[in-house]
Amino acid sequence: MKKILEVKNLSISFNTQNGEVQAVRNVSFDLFEGETLAIVGESGSGKSVTSKSLLRLNPAETTMLKNGQILYNEKNILTCREQEIRAIRGAEISMIFQDPMTALNPTMTIGSQIAESIKKHSTLRGNQITERVHELLQLVGIKEADKRYKQYPHQFSGGMRQRIVIAMALACEPRIIIADEPTTALDVSIQAQILELLKNIQKKMNLSIIFITHDLGVVAKMADRVAVMYAGKIIEIGLVDEIFYHCQHPYTQGLLAAMPNPDIETNTLYAIPGTPPNLLQPPIGDAFAARNNQALKIDFLEEPPMFKVSDTHYAATWLLHEQAPKMIPIHQQLAQAERKEREKAPVFDTTKPYLTLQGVKQHFKLDKNAINKAVDGITFDIYKGEIFGLVGESGCGKSTTGRSIIGLNILTDGDIHIDGRNINEAKTKQEKLAFNRKVQMIFQDPYSSLNPRMKIADIIAEGLAIHGVPKSEWRAKIYELLNIVGLTKEYANRYPHELSGGQRQRIGIARALAVEPELIIADEPISALDVSIQAQIVNLLKKLQKERELTYLFIAHDLSMVKYISNRIGVMYRGKIVELAESHELYDHPIHPYTKALLSAIPLPDPKLERERQRIIFNEAEYNATNRESESFTEVRPGHFVMLTEEELTQYDQVNSESIPL
Amino acid sequence: MIRYIFTRIGYMIITLFIIILLSFLLMKALPGSPFNDERLPETQKELLYKKYGLDKPVPIQFGIYLTNLVQGDLGISFVLDNRPVTKIIQERIGASAILGFQAVTVGTLIGLLLGIVAALRHNTVIDYGATVLAVLGISIPSFVFAGFLQYWVGVKLGWLPIAFWNGFEYSILPTIALAVGVVATIARFTRIEMLEVLNQEYILTARSKGLSNSVIITKHGIRNALIPIITIIGPLTVNTITGSLVIEKIFSIPGLGEQFVNSIITNDYQLIMGTTIFYAVLFVSVILVIDILYGFIDPRIRVIGGE
Amino acid sequence: MTTEVTDNATVKKYPPDLFEPASQSEFVDNFTYRPEQSFWQDAWLGLRKNKAAIVGLCIIILVILLAIFGPFMNSHGYDEQNLARTNLPPKIPVLENISFLGLNGVDSRGVDQYEAKGISEDFWFGTDELGRDLWTRIWQGTRISLYIAFLAATIDLIIGVAYGAISAFYGGRTDNIMQRIIEVLVGIPGLIINILLILILKPGIISITIAMVIVGWISMARIVRAQILKLKTYEFVLASRTLGASNQRLIWKHLIPNTLGPIIVATTFTIPGAIFTEALLSFIGLGLQPPTASLGTIVNDSYKLLRIYPHGMIFSSIVISLIMISFNLLGDGLRDAFDPKIRK
Repeated sequence: MKKILEVKNLSISFNTQNGEVQAVRNVSFDLFEGETLAIVGESGSGKSVTSKSLLRLNPAETTMLKNGQILYNEKNILTCREQEIRAIRGAEISMIFQDPMTALNPTMTIGSQIAESIKKHSTLRGNQITERVHELLQLVGIKEADKRYKQYPHQFSGGMRQRIVIAMALACEPRIIIADEPTTALDVSIQAQILELLKNIQKKMNLSIIFITHDLGVVAKMADRVAVMYAGKIIEIGLVDEIFYHCQHPYTQGLLAAMPNPDIETNTLYAIPGTPPNLLQPPIGDAFAARNNQALKIDFLEEPPMFKVSDTHYAATWLLHEQAPKMIPIHQQLAQAERKEREKAPVFDTTKPYLTLQGVKQHFKLDKNAINKAVDGITFDIYKGEIFGLVGESGCGKSTTGRSIIGLNILTDGDIHIDGRNINEAKTKQEKLAFNRKVQMIFQDPYSSLNPRMKIADIIAEGLAIHGVPKSEWRAKIYELLNIVGLTKEYANRYPHELSGGQRQRIGIARALAVEPELIIADEPISALDVSIQAQIVNLLKKLQKERELTYLFIAHDLSMVKYISNRIGVMYRGKIVELAESHELYDHPIHPYTKALLSAIPLPDPKLERERQRIIFNEAEYNATNRESESFTEVRPGHFVMLTEEELTQYDQVNSESIPL
Repeated sequence: MIRYIFTRIGYMIITLFIIILLSFLLMKALPGSPFNDERLPETQKELLYKKYGLDKPVPIQFGIYLTNLVQGDLGISFVLDNRPVTKIIQERIGASAILGFQAVTVGTLIGLLLGIVAALRHNTVIDYGATVLAVLGISIPSFVFAGFLQYWVGVKLGWLPIAFWNGFEYSILPTIALAVGVVATIARFTRIEMLEVLNQEYILTARSKGLSNSVIITKHGIRNALIPIITIIGPLTVNTITGSLVIEKIFSIPGLGEQFVNSIITNDYQLIMGTTIFYAVLFVSVILVIDILYGFIDPRIRVIGGE
Repeated sequence: MTTEVTDNATVKKYPPDLFEPASQSEFVDNFTYRPEQSFWQDAWLGLRKNKAAIVGLCIIILVILLAIFGPFMNSHGYDEQNLARTNLPPKIPVLENISFLGLNGVDSRGVDQYEAKGISEDFWFGTDELGRDLWTRIWQGTRISLYIAFLAATIDLIIGVAYGAISAFYGGRTDNIMQRIIEVLVGIPGLIINILLILILKPGIISITIAMVIVGWISMARIVRAQILKLKTYEFVLASRTLGASNQRLIWKHLIPNTLGPIIVATTFTIPGAIFTEALLSFIGLGLQPPTASLGTIVNDSYKLLRIYPHGMIFSSIVISLIMISFNLLGDGLRDAFDPKIRK
């Protein structure tokens, strides 16, 4: 393998109001021809800064290059002249950014945006450029290239825009592509398409890709090699199988254990405690030591060097020192612990559901002629003590369903019963308040879900105030709630902006618990959080559910997390529930074509599995073109409902009557 | 787009109607106004009664007033020898139009230049200098500035004529006085817009393509920054025209503004009303035209559809 | 692989006790990233970094103090005429010795008017054509101008906040109708409506204020509406609603406190606007009637004497410009302080 890019001892700091943030600290790695190197890390780990510095794209005013070299073609990118770096940008190394909505110039046609770099770096002129752009658009799978060439970015969907960004990056046949979280802003099925596109193009053009991501599933799908970053350092680097199956650093182990693996049964996720260190004053020793409850004394005193595990695998942890004690890796510990206590599947009282939705419709009038049928006739029950998962891609109506249940919208049609009472019948103030006590909500965005002008104590106490709890009882109650969600009393006097995302989410949970609800609607409660924090919140939610016998409606787009936490799952597509079953059943025997496609689109954190997997493609156009008037929600297997037309149902019966024994 | 234009025109008509109604009621209510003056000479009274049907009920009077307006008849100035207001406006509008046009175009161009340069040299002496100039330009009242301009450049240095309207050199000082506010507002707005645009991710995309700074700034930066600036040119033009009332008075320019101020001093109510309505139509049209222009220039509004 | 492996580290021997597990006490809860501070403290810190805004704030305080106490600092009344001492140039003790300042009582023709007219008293800003003391008049005028501006800004604020908040909070039909009304009103050119109203009401403090408020509140209403519409979609407002909060609670605990920033900024910009409008009206003959004086009428009066006795125009212009500049600087600073997005 030929080395194409070499990063040596790179250290970068940023000047901020509060001082110097050491964003990247002594990072070294190589990139080989034709490989995909994934750089994994949580927010603030320095992965994006590293990738931008490869093209010297960090903002010049605030960036301080402390040390290091980036060698490409015997040139040091960090010190070469502006002219030289411009000749490399776009032509030799190009970049794909995270958000296709903002990465394209809104007032320029996409054709001319792609043509720009061709004009700059090649000798093609006039019609040749137009032809080349057409070629590129076809390459990235945009049909009717000649027509779409002249369109503006706002005329394309998010996935299409990301294809255009990719076409732009490929325009001059570069040798290296840096993809900075290219699919984070996209839905899973679109993500799968984009990832496959990148893989195909890589093969065709023998590209080297540096793939920045926080999603271990995507890493398993895409990477040949993986570098794990934490607090501005690469703490482990190796082949993808080495990282996923033989990782050495406790952080890597923790990250992997924090991901629910749909194929391994566990009852609790491993959650890395605490939050990443503040890079204004990076800790001495191993930066991860403070969050590692098996840390050695030396971890707090001296920074571990890169120890060699194999020719391709290196890790910076003192555990690899010959004097170090032999430890059982975290993920294996967890698996052992799990074997000891295996929970029985819970049994629910199915005769008296706690929540019932019957033909619920929620339409919104957009303007005179257009109606958004956000929720279009859904029926399901949730039993007392159950965790019901509701999944689907953006715009499918899952969040609207949650908001309708809690009464934030006035129903267009249908009935919702909670604990046997119809919510439409709650008319007086008292009745409404009683209802509000029973159902509470946890929100998605930890930054907008807390009022920035209120202290934490007041935020938690809001429910107490509204429901007339005497003021004298508040203090004790607030402390108790903080304790329940795993925070200390000291937080009561703070303001939200002083807290991290995970801590804010805990406050949101405490606020909901204050009125002692029975049903909690969790609307994407973890999707804005980092992987290690996600596990903390999920574990907290599960623990609370058990201790307080709560019932959850868990809304999410991340199917693997939903499968892990839920008893039953409903899959939503275009305002309807198309499939509903127990989570194992749904996962093992999906029937609806949409569910099948959705399940196969989720990248799993298991590279061997990812290599074998074939994605099932949901032909949306064909599905919507068929006459669906006769469709009904049918129980095809015990407790397993699917939305099928009569025709599809007969087809299903024919195929399955012999093959799958019930 | 067409629907949008029609709604806008609808609002414009309602707005104008309110202004006209207000003007009319004012004429009826004010003691000493021609509609309401006992001491008016018999000949003029007759003229008025014939023209506006002052013996008929008030709604019908308003109807007549409105019909006259639509036909371009803004009434008669009794102070200025019974001359039709429309005529007076026609005579006076020329100088005002030249002055206003010069001030807005010169001011906009200089303002854009200043704003762009300030943004590109963000946090340098140039940026601070431009920002200080902009704050001064917005803060110092135009009549104060005009007064001192006249005093120092005109009287003390004697470089340029300080009054009247006999050729281009007579328009220089009043144009400068009027344009200062335009320069300051545009420069300030352009600087902020430009900084905002330069922070957008598509600028980073453009940089990652290897484009040179000048291409990035002109093709991706300035073009996107200019679009929102169009929206403030409407109100700015309106401000400039109102500003010209005072500037024309200070420089004794025989424009519409000067006439308007004089008519206030001499209580020439017909002329006040006529000019007010004329100004209102002008302002509302300018804003409308700019709004429509904006729709055509921004592809996000012009081109609808896609997926 | 060029990843550097420090071989001596693998070989180097460490004291064995370093490889024992660390005690639990070595874990620190590192949640404190910033010292505790409230939103207001945060905004104040942001504002304090902006030197221009602080200078503006200081000047505003100074001008307000002078507007209150300035007229009492000598024995002259603002309308006290004395034809024996007309058009005296300014003369300030001590400063009169610095010749280029022109504060020595010598007029543009080089005649010491104080000697010529035999006046022993010093008039700091000089006198006008009726022999009135300009120091007293200018601060008296400042007082009236500021009074009109603050009054107009306060009424704008009350109407604008109420209108914007109701429109955005209730939404739907209410919002629709209220917005259509605004769209009609916003088309009315402000100065024109001012002129018409003052013609009806006759110039006076109240009529000028009312005339300015008639269209002035609209921009405040729009700002408040936009902010509340945005806040309404924020999850903390939804959270409060799901807890069963009343409308009163939503408005006063969640929406208004989070709208204060934009409201304060808008008001800071309204004040110089009002001072300017008042001055402009004075200049076209619709200002306060004598003997009452505002900054605008003083500028207008002294403009007529600019070529012979420039001191009146100079002092009144400096004061009015200083007020305008200070409020604009403060407004800019406040906007940056309340909006962390712009903060560098």
